[in-house]
Amino acid sequence: MSVRSVAREAYEEALPALGMSLVGGLLAGVMLGGMEAELTAVPGLLVAVPALLATRGNVYGSLGARLSTGLHQGLVEPRVELGDERLRGATAAALANGLLASVVAAVAVFAILTALGDEVAGVGTLVAVSLVAGLLSGVALTVVVVLVVFAGYRRGRDPDTLVGPVVTTTGDVVGVASLLVAVRLVLALGGGG
Amino acid sequence: MTTDWTVRGITRAMLPVLLVMTMVEVGSGLVLGSFEAELLQYPTLLVLVPVTIGTAGNLGSILASRLSTAFHLGTLSFSPSDEKLAGNAIATVALAVTLFPVVGAGAWALQAVLAGARLALGTVVLVSLASGIALAVLAVLVTVVATYIAYTFGLDPDDVVIPVVTNTCDVLGVVVLFSVVQLFVI
Repeated sequence: MSVRSVAREAYEEALPALGMSLVGGLLAGVMLGGMEAELTAVPGLLVAVPALLATRGNVYGSLGARLSTGLHQGLVEPRVELGDERLRGATAAALANGLLASVVAAVAVFAILTALGDEVAGVGTLVAVSLVAGLLSGVALTVVVVLVVFAGYRRGRDPDTLVGPVVTTTGDVVGVASLLVAVRLVLALGGGG
Repeated sequence: MTTDWTVRGITRAMLPVLLVMTMVEVGSGLVLGSFEAELLQYPTLLVLVPVTIGTAGNLGSILASRLSTAFHLGTLSFSPSDEKLAGNAIATVALAVTLFPVVGAGAWALQAVLAGARLALGTVVLVSLASGIALAVLAVLVTVVATYIAYTFGLDPDDVVIPVVTNTCDVLGVVVLFSVVQLFVI
């Protein structure tokens, strides 16, 4: 194959999925752009944003990959059964690890900004926002990933190729939306300083 | 069975890498925090943040998974004249050149409709395109180096390269956006 044909094939294969995740990223960006007030009210929150968004991708992308592999190997059945131990274990592990990483990110941001002498919200506020956001986005992304992987598999699609674009597209939108809800909730309940 | 599907087993496999990547992302957050004043002054730039980070990571992970597959099939050699390598690298840059002007125009238009534009359309498109091209080149370099290192150490590139590349490109996304904003906006 010539360089040109390799490049053309790679370009055409990637464009639809990338285009889709762009739309998701722009929607997430518009929400983030509208969060000026919240970002100002909770100093340090912006510093935590990349870590919180990346955790969604890392944890739920990995959940999707695990479920895909499990389906291919016949370890899990492509239907939602709460009694299924493997499905329960995989989703519970994703939620637990996602929450843990979110809290670690919040505490790290607080510690680093404090050490640098920068303005930063209370550690309780940052942890509360991260936890609530992590929980909301975790539940939403678990549902999305499980449904898309199972539905895709039952329709004869390779779930491995579905997981990446779906997680990156919904992960950003769900991630920023849950952050917005979480920060408003925590501010309304009196956090902030 | 190689995978243990319990919370404990999955956590043991996942948590160390996850925490390292979380700290790397906190590092990119600190870069983001260092130009928070500009981002809040021009929210259109804030709109660009998730999409720039996400697209950079996606470009890297798509390239990484294609190189991994070529590597598993034995059709990849690490030389600049290798057609797979050169073709995929060109495609990555071409994708960035196609998509990032759309990102910039989209971010500007959405922000103009929803909140009113404080930056000119041309500026936002320029910031987006310049970031995109720089990121595509960096994504190619990072991916090729990471795939090569995995290959040298006998690791399966699928396991190692994709998370490393995705998170590295996330960080580079913020750093590049920061540099480009310094160049063209401030």
